Amino acid sequence: MALPPHATIGQRVWHYGFRVLAGLLFVFLIFPLATIVPLAFNSGELLHYPLQGVSLKWFHEFFTSEEWWRAMKNSAIVGFFSTILATVLGTLAALGINRADFPGKQLLLALLISPMMIPLVITALSLYLFYALFDLNDTYIGLIIAHAILGVPFVLITVSATLQSFDPNLIRAGASLGASPAKVFLDIIMPNIAPGIASGAMFAFATSLDEVVVVLFVAGPDHRTLPRQMFAGIREQLSPTILAAAVVLIVVAAVFMAFLEMLNRRNARLAQPMEPKG
Amino acid sequence: MAETTMAAGAAPGGEDLKRRLARAERRKKLQAGALIMPLLALMIAFYFVPIALMLYRSVDNSQMREVMPRTARAIAQWDGKDLPDEKVYRAVALDLKEAREKHVIAKVARRLNFDKAGFASLISRTGRKLARVDLEKCTSCKEKLISIDKRWGEKPWWTVLQRGLKDYTLIYLLSALDLRYDDENHIVRVPEEEAIYLSIIARTIHISAAVTFLCLLLGFPIAYFLATAKPAVRNVFMIVLLLVFWTSLLVRTLSWIVTLQDSGVVNSFLLWAGIVDKPLPLVFNRFGVYVAMTHVLLPFMVLPLYSVMRVIPKSYVRAAHSLGATPWKAFWSVYVPQTLPGIGAGALMVFIQALGYYITPALVGGPRDQMISYFVAFFVNERVNWSMASALGLVLLILTASMYLLFGRKVNIANMKMG
Repeated sequence: MALPPHATIGQRVWHYGFRVLAGLLFVFLIFPLATIVPLAFNSGELLHYPLQGVSLKWFHEFFTSEEWWRAMKNSAIVGFFSTILATVLGTLAALGINRADFPGKQLLLALLISPMMIPLVITALSLYLFYALFDLNDTYIGLIIAHAILGVPFVLITVSATLQSFDPNLIRAGASLGASPAKVFLDIIMPNIAPGIASGAMFAFATSLDEVVVVLFVAGPDHRTLPRQMFAGIREQLSPTILAAAVVLIVVAAVFMAFLEMLNRRNARLAQPMEPKG
Repeated sequence: MAETTMAAGAAPGGEDLKRRLARAERRKKLQAGALIMPLLALMIAFYFVPIALMLYRSVDNSQMREVMPRTARAIAQWDGKDLPDEKVYRAVALDLKEAREKHVIAKVARRLNFDKAGFASLISRTGRKLARVDLEKCTSCKEKLISIDKRWGEKPWWTVLQRGLKDYTLIYLLSALDLRYDDENHIVRVPEEEAIYLSIIARTIHISAAVTFLCLLLGFPIAYFLATAKPAVRNVFMIVLLLVFWTSLLVRTLSWIVTLQDSGVVNSFLLWAGIVDKPLPLVFNRFGVYVAMTHVLLPFMVLPLYSVMRVIPKSYVRAAHSLGATPWKAFWSVYVPQTLPGIGAGALMVFIQALGYYITPALVGGPRDQMISYFVAFFVNERVNWSMASALGLVLLILTASMYLLFGRKVNIANMKMG
């Protein structure tokens, strides 16, 4: 999109004007995050500029306070186990859906993906009422299952996408060369769909780490996760410790993004023949 | 075996092959079923059944029948013309007395009061007085009840009671649509000063539509820029977009509160520049909701738009130019129509998600900016009225599902992956 030398004035104005507009829009995107990061390093208690000094004390507070520590621990436990559950069941189901054609396949897929589309408050209310019957409210297991269900659609979508670019002839080749089905799965299918599984797991974990509506409904005070703790903090009293927590979560987001980008590149290499040329 | 082969005639062994193929196909299907089953079982048990139960809860009335079983039986036969007969009065007296002893009378009072204001006091007063009455010796329960409270001698209260003891009730769903029963059992609109839910539904749709429009307005140039920029520039901006996308919703909401508050960066700048002389109210109002929700949902518009724009061949627009179209005309009638699939996917994704938003409006909005989800949570946490929460949940589900059914066909949902 370089400007040709014979461009008219109108074209030049449009060319640069559009770039300024796009720049402003990206400023809008990053602006709020850029605003809060320095404030987390403020040495005073105030949540606005100018900074009273630079210090790490709010991070110290964040990592040592019992409340925040428990919230982090809960997020780690719930995130870890719900991701495992979502990834294992989601991958198996994606393999099954990919394996055969059967009537109602599209409907089944739509149903399995529906937790992504149905408003969270409906999921939360339904599980709250349902868990009340079995004493599953205020338990880890209830929360883990809920978050696994919310994570499954992402695993299904990412694994299905890698399976579509996977050549089933490789399975036949392996089988014809005498590999057992288990060996075919481990040595041929798995390495090919691993990036899809990994990115699905990332999405599932990020979903659990970010989810607060279901937690608000089904978790008790002992099972507060990180976002739930932040929600309470924002509601009651905004403190610089919350900003420190926010900065930690932004760093986590950056790590996720970098990791996923890496996986995408690998995926793209594997799936190159399928990439549209444009 | 030989006979069938002979019968197949033309292709020796054809039947055998066919059968083997069918068996292999069947085995594949069984394998597929076995692989899908664990997930499906989990989702049925912990997702579809709970949702079905929640929807059922919005019409379920069985609790009332459990607390007042005699009345439920007796009043079912009442024709609704004159006051019910002694049998019904006696049943009410016995049920209420027992309910009070079992400490469940408040449930009845609250449930009936939801249908007709004043019923709570009628029930609790009657229960209190009945505690001192020996019903065995009582010859006419009808006279007794009417002497306790003369409302037992008025038909409308009996109409409500009869309605309230059926297996199912529509009062919560009606209430969620600002409707109710009148004394003659007809469905009517609630008086204007009590109507709230229709305006909340309208507000939810309004905010979602406005946010979708804003996302399209801001998202289109962003996606266009990404699709046309040099790879190095695009990578930098893509990183910004994805970083924002991956950042927790709560963090982004929080950062808008900090940025837009009275002492925040935006107001400080406006004050410093002398544009305003006192801070503008930018947050805890509708403006804050629009800004924060647009920011949170923007990537869902940009990413599908970008993936469509990336593969639009430049030659079409060039062809339009060379055929004499003005830049605007070429853009509007050649480029934009090719982006429609992306616009559709992005708009649907943003709109459906916005309909169910709870956290962001709850934190950056004022009382008049709350959407349906907020009231679902409100009825669970503040009012402990699960039926009303479920009724509003059903309304929200119907809204979301109808959007999906209307437009989802045109937009393949599985392609709406993020990133």
